[in-house]
Amino acid sequence: MIDFGYTPMPITVHNMDKADLSLAKWLAERDETFNHCISCGSCAATCTAGKFTDFSFRELTHSIRRGEISKAFSESEKCMLCGKCILVCPRNVNTRNIVMLIRKANQIFKP
Amino acid sequence: MRYPTFTLPFTIGLSFVLLYILVIWTIWIVRLSRREQKIVWKRLFTLRTIKAIWESFREGLLHHNIYKKNAVLGFMHMGLAFGWFMLIVLGNFEARLYPHGVINPPYYPIFFEFFRHDLTPLHEYEEIFTFLMDFFLLLVMTSIGLAFFKRFRSRALGMRRTTKHILIDRVAITALWFIFPLRLFAESVTAGLYNTGHFFTNFLGQWVIYNLPLDYLYYPAWWAYSISLGVFFIALPFSRYMHIPTEILLIFLRKYGVKEKNNHSTFTTIELNACSRCGICIDACQLSTTLNISDTQPAYFLRDLRYSKPNERLRETCMLCMRCLDACPVGIEVTQIRKNERNEFPLFGTSNYDYLSEHKYPKAKVAYFAGCMGHLTPSVIKSTLALFDEAGVDYTFIDKDGSICCGRPLQQNGQVDAAKQLIDKNNTIINETNADVLVTSCPICASEFKHNYRLNMPVLHHSQFLNDLAKQHKLTFKNTGEKIIYHDPCELSRGLGITKEPRELLKNSFILEENKKNTGEKSLCCGGSLGITNTSLPQKMAIASDAVFQLYDGKTNLLATACPMCKKTLAMAQETVKVLDIAEVMLNNLEPKKKKVQSQKEPAEAEVLS
Amino acid sequence: MKEVAIIGGGVTGLEAANKLAQLGYTVTIFEREKTPGGHVAQWDRLFPNRRNSMEVVNEFKSHLNGNPAIFLSTAIDKISRKGARFTLEAKGKSFDADAVLIATGFELFPAEKKEEYGYGIYDNVITSAELEAMFKEHGYPVTKSGKQPQRIAFIHCVGSRDEKVSRPYCSKVCCVTAVKQSIEVKEAIPSAEIYCLYMDLRMFGPGYEDLYKEAQQKGVNFLRGRLSETSELEDGRVLIKTEDTLSAKPLKMSVDLVVLMVGMSPAEGTSELIAGLDLKPNKDGFVEIIDQHINPVKTKAEGIFTAGACTGPNNITDSVNAARSAAIEIHQYLSSK
Repeated sequence: MIDFGYTPMPITVHNMDKADLSLAKWLAERDETFNHCISCGSCAATCTAGKFTDFSFRELTHSIRRGEISKAFSESEKCMLCGKCILVCPRNVNTRNIVMLIRKANQIFKP
Repeated sequence: MRYPTFTLPFTIGLSFVLLYILVIWTIWIVRLSRREQKIVWKRLFTLRTIKAIWESFREGLLHHNIYKKNAVLGFMHMGLAFGWFMLIVLGNFEARLYPHGVINPPYYPIFFEFFRHDLTPLHEYEEIFTFLMDFFLLLVMTSIGLAFFKRFRSRALGMRRTTKHILIDRVAITALWFIFPLRLFAESVTAGLYNTGHFFTNFLGQWVIYNLPLDYLYYPAWWAYSISLGVFFIALPFSRYMHIPTEILLIFLRKYGVKEKNNHSTFTTIELNACSRCGICIDACQLSTTLNISDTQPAYFLRDLRYSKPNERLRETCMLCMRCLDACPVGIEVTQIRKNERNEFPLFGTSNYDYLSEHKYPKAKVAYFAGCMGHLTPSVIKSTLALFDEAGVDYTFIDKDGSICCGRPLQQNGQVDAAKQLIDKNNTIINETNADVLVTSCPICASEFKHNYRLNMPVLHHSQFLNDLAKQHKLTFKNTGEKIIYHDPCELSRGLGITKEPRELLKNSFILEENKKNTGEKSLCCGGSLGITNTSLPQKMAIASDAVFQLYDGKTNLLATACPMCKKTLAMAQETVKVLDIAEVMLNNLEPKKKKVQSQKEPAEAEVLS
Repeated sequence: MKEVAIIGGGVTGLEAANKLAQLGYTVTIFEREKTPGGHVAQWDRLFPNRRNSMEVVNEFKSHLNGNPAIFLSTAIDKISRKGARFTLEAKGKSFDADAVLIATGFELFPAEKKEEYGYGIYDNVITSAELEAMFKEHGYPVTKSGKQPQRIAFIHCVGSRDEKVSRPYCSKVCCVTAVKQSIEVKEAIPSAEIYCLYMDLRMFGPGYEDLYKEAQQKGVNFLRGRLSETSELEDGRVLIKTEDTLSAKPLKMSVDLVVLMVGMSPAEGTSELIAGLDLKPNKDGFVEIIDQHINPVKTKAEGIFTAGACTGPNNITDSVNAARSAAIEIHQYLSSK
């Protein structure tokens, strides 16, 4: 490989002009509570999986809202579906359903 | 005698249905797994066969299970099945007793009155046969009347909802409903002309329809009866009425020990065919009673699975609370079948939980496991451990710093491979604690540990363990004389059959206010179920609030339960009733023992303690 | 002289009574508690300027000189309409009035309903009201064992913006109260490390944002994340878990004292009281007003007015404004009759 003296930078800007919001739309159509999140972080804090890895439901859905789809598919697999987050969410976001929907989208959408 | 053409529809229908059943039973039996066939052979000539025959008679004809749940409904099913059976049996006897009638074509006893107008050769049996035939026809007609009434006014028969049927079922049910009125009509016409009946058909023939042109109606009436039988028999294998022959086979196979496995099998096909879509499961389901979702219950799910594949909504809209399983009069393993169907849709990969490798639980004598949900109900943990301390239990709170999920939620939602990763890891680290016993507060975990783990220690729910401590007098409680309601968690009652221990424990301090309808294995689901993902929180709360008010009778505002999830859900849904865990209420009524121990202070005991 | 009955002797009731008496009506206040002043009288100091709350209460109380009259420890059981007048029943006696002002205020959210926060289960989890009581008593907070806490977490939005406890609304005053209290703790115990766990900081009033900045200057830490669960350590400290949402990492921390900023809940008994007048509470359980913009002190029932925190979370300014507004509204109503 030719060394140009620099490497490609990871994307550091959310370019909302080019963001792929199709998954966000798809999810919100199937579960309206997808859009009810106020990013309080309760889900991520109580998360059973979050204790062992960097999984955060809040971050996952947030990144989908910013168009980072491929990351969402790999992240969502870390969820154990234990349901604690459902019991703590102050906005009644149906978290488990959204994880299942993301997993289904993984089979439908071609990332 | 010229061949009676009118019996053709019946003869064709009967031949078809018998041949069909013979072929399909053969196919099914051949397709059972080697192991299943082996156990069937091994047990064929045992008492099990006798029991199966008795059960076939009791359930297939008398419909005893339905009767226990709803007497009118039971009578309806019994009247139709048993009445018809008796008509066939008696008709055969009658035809055989008739001189020169020992060898008969199958249509002969069915249309006996058509062929023989002079029944005097039956001698002393004439009276009894004509009476019994009329009696059972009347019984069947009563049932048909009830069934007809139920279709339009199901509530009158104690059913909130009745199943909505597909075309083939409607064809079959229409034919079935016509069979007996047409038989009655044909026999009444005959009785009107030849006095062949008894109190029922003679009365109708000679007093009610006597001024109709009976001579002209005679042939058409028997034709119509034969056609309705023929249509019913042709439709039977493709309709819900396939349950009639299949239920018998199912009863036998089940008696021999054949069960649902972790995936669909030939036995599943048999179970699917054994569902009569009676709709009893619809009323048992809280999705229907509370949320008015009345099109996803087993009656519909099994139906769609029998003909093709249930859609996603049908597959997923179920709390897996197992109330339908308890209600099903045929005993079809509906919950397992639904889980197996879900298993065919894996959504998670196989390396998603690699991050779990480093986890370890501390070593322990009694390992206490609060479970994920337990960490959201600190009072459950605190009370349980306080009671352990009081009883001098040597325990370690193994998931104090959190745990791996037991895997049940994934498993219930069809993600078996993903669940297996959790189960394997958890199984190893729990076994490494080398505990004598594992006590958990969460019935969901307890159920998973019992059913899908290979632990080297027994698993107890904390209500069992605390009850044992109370029985051993390691814990003593004040008798308050107060009333209390107990809510059975699904996984504890139906899942593990633990209904007595929590009650025994509570009775140390309380008088139990029992609502017989929704107690023990018939308890209501709190709605928090992890077996479903597509209900919204408000829907869950509606189920929870209904569940509380089904138990609440105004005599006490105190409700105990034994599941962190139930506790949270029931407490969130309403503010009338105070919801506490069984450990909490018992801790509140603990008779402090420390004084007693001090006053008794026996040296021997002190040595043991040190 | 026409008579006005006021239910509730908090700042709203006291101020409305004062204005109505000045307008020439015979005014009677019915207060359920033994002392007037409502929740304000229970508080030590007020935001944003940390003025002693009794100063305010005493100012409003100073007008209680026969008219308006006040009945203490008198809870109204029933209000009924009798022609153009109303009958109020309490302690077996009845009182008549030409107009009624509902000023029953609020109730603090029962924190034990958020079981995972450990209130009532762990020793060192207290409410914001209990902290005020500590300030009143010794000027600084103490842990259960009587020590001065060195690390304190203020938990915002307890019983506010939480559909899980059927309180989906914002209680408005808790954010600024937490900031005020954090400064007070910092002043009382300078070595203390203080964290405010918030979802959004709603500093909407004059001087509130300044107070926030002052807290930052004094070293109060702000952590954007909502508390998810707590557990108790053997030494009595409380382990709290949250997500530091700004760095997207779960965060845990052991603290000596957890202060739950309990929100405002509808006052107990008010819904039942107004039910007799065919008035229904609004969706959050507070007294419903007919128009949020055009007439925020009138109810659907003629002759029944309402003001203060019984209509929804309010600060003192809003309550006093509503009280005066109600006084004018009642005056117009009675003089047109």
